[in-house]
Amino acid sequence: MYLITASNLTLGYDSRIIVENLNFSVSAGDYLCIVGENGSGKTTLMKTLLNLQEPISGRIQTSEGLRKKEIGYLPQHTEIQKDFPASVKEIVLSGCQGRCGFRPFYNNEEKNIAAASMERMGITDLSERSYRELSGGQQQRVLLARALCATRKILLLDEPVAGLDVKVASELYNLISELNNEGITIIMISHDIAAAVKYASHILHIGRTLFFGSAKEYISSEIGRFFLSRQKGVS
Amino acid sequence: MFDKLIYYFEYPFVRYALITGVLIALCSSLLGVTLVLKRFSFIGDGLSHVAFGAIAVASALNLSNQMLLVLPVTVICAVLILKTGQNAKIKGDAAIAMISVGALAFGYLLMNVFSTSSNLTGDVCSTLFGSTSMLTLTKTEVILSIALSAAVIIIFLFFYNKIFAVTFDEEFAKASGTNAGNYNLLIAVVTAVIIVVAMKLVGSLLISALVVFPALSSMRIFRSFKSVTIFSAVIAVFCAFIGMMISILAGTPVGATIVAVNVAVFGICWVTGAITSDVGN
Repeated sequence: MYLITASNLTLGYDSRIIVENLNFSVSAGDYLCIVGENGSGKTTLMKTLLNLQEPISGRIQTSEGLRKKEIGYLPQHTEIQKDFPASVKEIVLSGCQGRCGFRPFYNNEEKNIAAASMERMGITDLSERSYRELSGGQQQRVLLARALCATRKILLLDEPVAGLDVKVASELYNLISELNNEGITIIMISHDIAAAVKYASHILHIGRTLFFGSAKEYISSEIGRFFLSRQKGVS
Repeated sequence: MFDKLIYYFEYPFVRYALITGVLIALCSSLLGVTLVLKRFSFIGDGLSHVAFGAIAVASALNLSNQMLLVLPVTVICAVLILKTGQNAKIKGDAAIAMISVGALAFGYLLMNVFSTSSNLTGDVCSTLFGSTSMLTLTKTEVILSIALSAAVIIIFLFFYNKIFAVTFDEEFAKASGTNAGNYNLLIAVVTAVIIVVAMKLVGSLLISALVVFPALSSMRIFRSFKSVTIFSAVIAVFCAFIGMMISILAGTPVGATIVAVNVAVFGICWVTGAITSDVGN
């Protein structure tokens, strides 16, 4: 049973088409990496999966068991967040907002979920600290903890390691893999193709050529070989 | 000095002015935290110019109750400005500049062409800078201001967590099922209401100060959203109270005095913030 199935998806803004004829499916427990060049429509695809944007044509089906509120999202950093005065606890707790409905305040269950998420991400000792004073890696853990408050089923991550140094990035990759091993489905946008084929179970490559398949198939495919060798040449 | 204060407090209009002034400052500061963080600091300025234009139209039409025209027009403009902020065609700050200057010019033009008063300059000046009109509030106006302020405070408390979620990360809030659009709309409407009410106090040119100064002062020192919000309310109340006292005793204009006190407090907070963060590091 697929969690998410996309068929004949065409994406873009207004009537400008960015990517056409996308077909892929995600099963529970998968770790899907979306790769492709800048401007190929990776973030647009993710926003469409999150229902923040309508596809131009085609459709996305989600299985009965997956409701909109059960998706955890880790967006790219925004300008606003750079100097935002908020404690780690406040931010993590705001991940429970979807559960609240019209109730104005968080109940004990939600506070416990937030505490457990912080514990899982190893940031409990930071809970009273201000978000803007944390390092890049710590900030990503905070946002991951917030996403975990929203769901235990599926996480959508938009370039979670952007701007982090190699060591912190690999710690974060390991953390995400652990979450995946605990049964959480991962869909991640990545620029780092080497890491994508190392950690992911499936790869979706979008751009002029499309590819969807397992990470193994990608490594042996023509497009996969081309992009892997090119990135090695760069770095 | 105290004799003089006690003497003034015997007049009900002075007490009315004080209560209304403090409440309005409190409301503006609550919303101010969100507006500053959302990069909408100038919305207060823009909307107050719109309200100025609307007042000009209302007086040209000889409306008995100007609120009936001014409030809806300002609310509609607030919604338009916040909506265009999300749309890429005209950016938020450009939209504010456009609407604000346009409304100001149009309002002044109307006031000149259809002037019903003998003291036009005085009228314009008091609408722009606030005036002694604060002391000429009628009982109905005071009750209306108190009711609106109370409504704003209740709405803010009730939606506090949602306002935080939408301010910090709108995309995430939307993705996890919060209707961010509705809360943005709520913020826009409440902002417009506060501005229309606050125009009486500081006038349309100085209104941004009531919105941004307490929030900015508070952010110099505090690091969590809750403490920033609470302290910004405290600063706003303090500055409004002290400002009005000084203006009563020294005979200075109310609006400008309150803003001057706010500027002074910002200076103190800035220095304090700089010192404490050095110690922290």
